[in-house]
Amino acid sequence: MGSYLVRRFGLMLLTLFGISVIIFVLLRLTPGNIADILFDAGGFVDPTDKARIEAELGLDKSLPVQYATWIGGIMTGDLGFSYQTERPAIKEIAPRIPITAKLAVLALTFSVLLGVPLGVISAVRQNTRLDYVLRVISLSGLSMPAFWLGLLILMAFVAYFGTIPIYSDAPTSFWNALVMYSVPAAAVGFRSSALLMRLTRSSMLEVLRQDYIRTARSKGASETTINYYHALKNAVLPVVTVIGIEAAFLLGGLIVTETVFNIPGVARFLVEAIRWRDYPMVQNLVMFIAIVVVVINFIIDMLYAALDPRIKYGD
Amino acid sequence: MSTIDFNAELTAAGANVKTRWGAVRFFMRRYPLGSIGAVIMALFLLAAAFAPLITVYDPLSTNAAASLAKPSLTHWLGCDFMGRDVYSRIIYGARISLAVSVGSMLLGSSIGVIVGLLSGYLLGWFDLITQRILEMMQSLPLLVMAIIMAAALGPSLHNTILAIAIPLVPYVARVIRANTLTLREQPFVEAAKAIGMSERRIALRHVLPNTLAPLIVLATAQLGSTILTESSLSFLGLGVPEPHPSWGRMLSESAAEYVRTAPWLVIFPGAAISFVVFGTNLLGDALRDQLDPRQRS
Repeated sequence: MGSYLVRRFGLMLLTLFGISVIIFVLLRLTPGNIADILFDAGGFVDPTDKARIEAELGLDKSLPVQYATWIGGIMTGDLGFSYQTERPAIKEIAPRIPITAKLAVLALTFSVLLGVPLGVISAVRQNTRLDYVLRVISLSGLSMPAFWLGLLILMAFVAYFGTIPIYSDAPTSFWNALVMYSVPAAAVGFRSSALLMRLTRSSMLEVLRQDYIRTARSKGASETTINYYHALKNAVLPVVTVIGIEAAFLLGGLIVTETVFNIPGVARFLVEAIRWRDYPMVQNLVMFIAIVVVVINFIIDMLYAALDPRIKYGD
Repeated sequence: MSTIDFNAELTAAGANVKTRWGAVRFFMRRYPLGSIGAVIMALFLLAAAFAPLITVYDPLSTNAAASLAKPSLTHWLGCDFMGRDVYSRIIYGARISLAVSVGSMLLGSSIGVIVGLLSGYLLGWFDLITQRILEMMQSLPLLVMAIIMAAALGPSLHNTILAIAIPLVPYVARVIRANTLTLREQPFVEAAKAIGMSERRIALRHVLPNTLAPLIVLATAQLGSTILTESSLSFLGLGVPEPHPSWGRMLSESAAEYVRTAPWLVIFPGAAISFVVFGTNLLGDALRDQLDPRQRS
C-alpha cells in the first residue's frame, strides 16, 4: 500500500509539471505580447517605452527562463503581479478562494444528497413510471447549460420574490449566508446530481444482478437490508470515483455560474483575467484549478484503494 | 410450462426484419426514447438546412423600432435589443451550433482515432509518452481547456471549432486505444499476420472497423457536450463572435439585465440548446444500448 501511494504521488507531481508546461506554452501562442496590447489603446507604440515595459515585466528573457521564474515563484509564494491592478497576484487570488470553495462544497453536497438516493430509488424500482420520470428529469438536467439554469433561477426569484439574490460580502447571519450560497450552488450542483443519479442507478442495477444478492435474499434478509446495506455498499465504489471527476466538472460549471450570479470567486476571476489579457493571472489561476483537480483525484484514488481491497493486492 | 411462441419472440428480438422500413419500426419499438431523440436531431438538421425557407426576417438585420418587442404574431418569439427577430436568430443559430459541434467532433475524433490506434498498436515508448500527455490534457475540465485555447487563439468560428476539438482528443484516443489493445490479441489478427498481411493493412482493414461501435456511441455523446461547451464559450464572449447568431451569445447579450424586462430573450435560446442536447443524449443512450451494451448507464 505504501509503494502504491508513493508511486501515485510521484505521478501526480509529474502530471502537474506537464500541465504547467502546457498552460505556459498555450498562453504564449497569442501573437503580440502584453506590451503591444497595453500601448494599443493609445494607438502609438514608442519602441523605447515598449522595451522598458518588456524588461520590467521580464518579457525580454527567453521562454525557458520565464517559465523557470514562474515555477520558482510558485514554490516561494510569489506569483508575480497582476497586469490589471498591479497588485501582487497572491493578494488578488487569496480572498477569492474561500468563496469558490464554499460554493463548490455546497454544490457537491447538494448533488450527492440529491443524486445518490434518487439513483437508488430509480434502480430498485426499475422500469416503473417513477423510474422513467426520474431518468427523463436527470437527462434534462444533463442537457441544460449551467448558465441557463442559473438565469432561469434568477427569473423565478424575480417572479416570486421581486428581487435577485445578490451576493454581499458581509452576510448578516449564518443562515443568511447559507441561503445566499445555496442558490448558485443548487444551479451548479443540479447537473452533477443528474450525472450521479444515472451512475448510481446503473451501478446499483449491476450489483443487484449479482449472485450474492440472490444469496442474501434466499437467506431471508429483508428487501431494505439488501438494497441499502448489501447492494449500496458495493455500488458506491464507482460513484466515489465519479465524485472526483465531478469536482473537476463543477469548477467548469462554476465559471459560468459565478458570472451569472455576480459572485467574486476564483472561477469568475479567470474569465475577467482573460478579458483583460492579464496573462500572468490567467496562468496562475489555471494552474491553481489544475492543482485542485489533480489533488482531488489523487485523494479519490487513495480513498478508492482503501475501500476496494482488490486494488491494494492487485498491484 | 406453457408453449413458447418462437416466432413472436424472434420478431421481438429483431429477427424477421426484411425491409428498411421494418428496421426503422424495430428501432422505434425497442427504443422509444431513442426514437424521440432521433426525431429531435432530424428537426435540428432540417432547421439548419432549410433556415431561409422557414424564417421571414433576416437574423442579422436590425430594426430599432422593434427593439425589445414582445412575442407577437409578427415576431413569433420577440425581438432583442437591436430589433433582430429572435425566432430567425434561433433557426439560423442552429447552423452555427451544427457547424461547431459536428466540426469539432469530427476533428477531435479523427485525431483521437489516429493517436489511439497508433498508441494501442505500437505500444512501447510512443504509447507511454502519449498516454502521459493525454492524461495531463484530461486533468483539466473540458470547459477550462476550451477557454484557454479560445483565449489563446482569439474569438472566431474556426478557432472555436479548434478550441473544442483539441480537448476532445484524449477521450476518443483512450477509448480507441483500449479497444485496439483487446482487438490485436484476437485470432483473426494473428491469422492475418500468419498469411503475411502488413501491419498497416491489418490495422486499417481489420482493427479499425471493429472499434467503430464504441466510437459512434462516444461521438453522439460528444455532439451534446460540444454544443454545451460552444454555448458556454460564446456566453463568456470567447466563442463565436458577431455577426454569427450563436445561441450561447444570445444568452449573454440578454443576461441578468433583461431577466425582469424581456424574459423571452432568456427562455428561448436556452430552451433551444437544452432541446437539442436532450435529443443527442436520448439518441446516444439508445445507440449505446444497441451497439455497446457493456457501457450501460
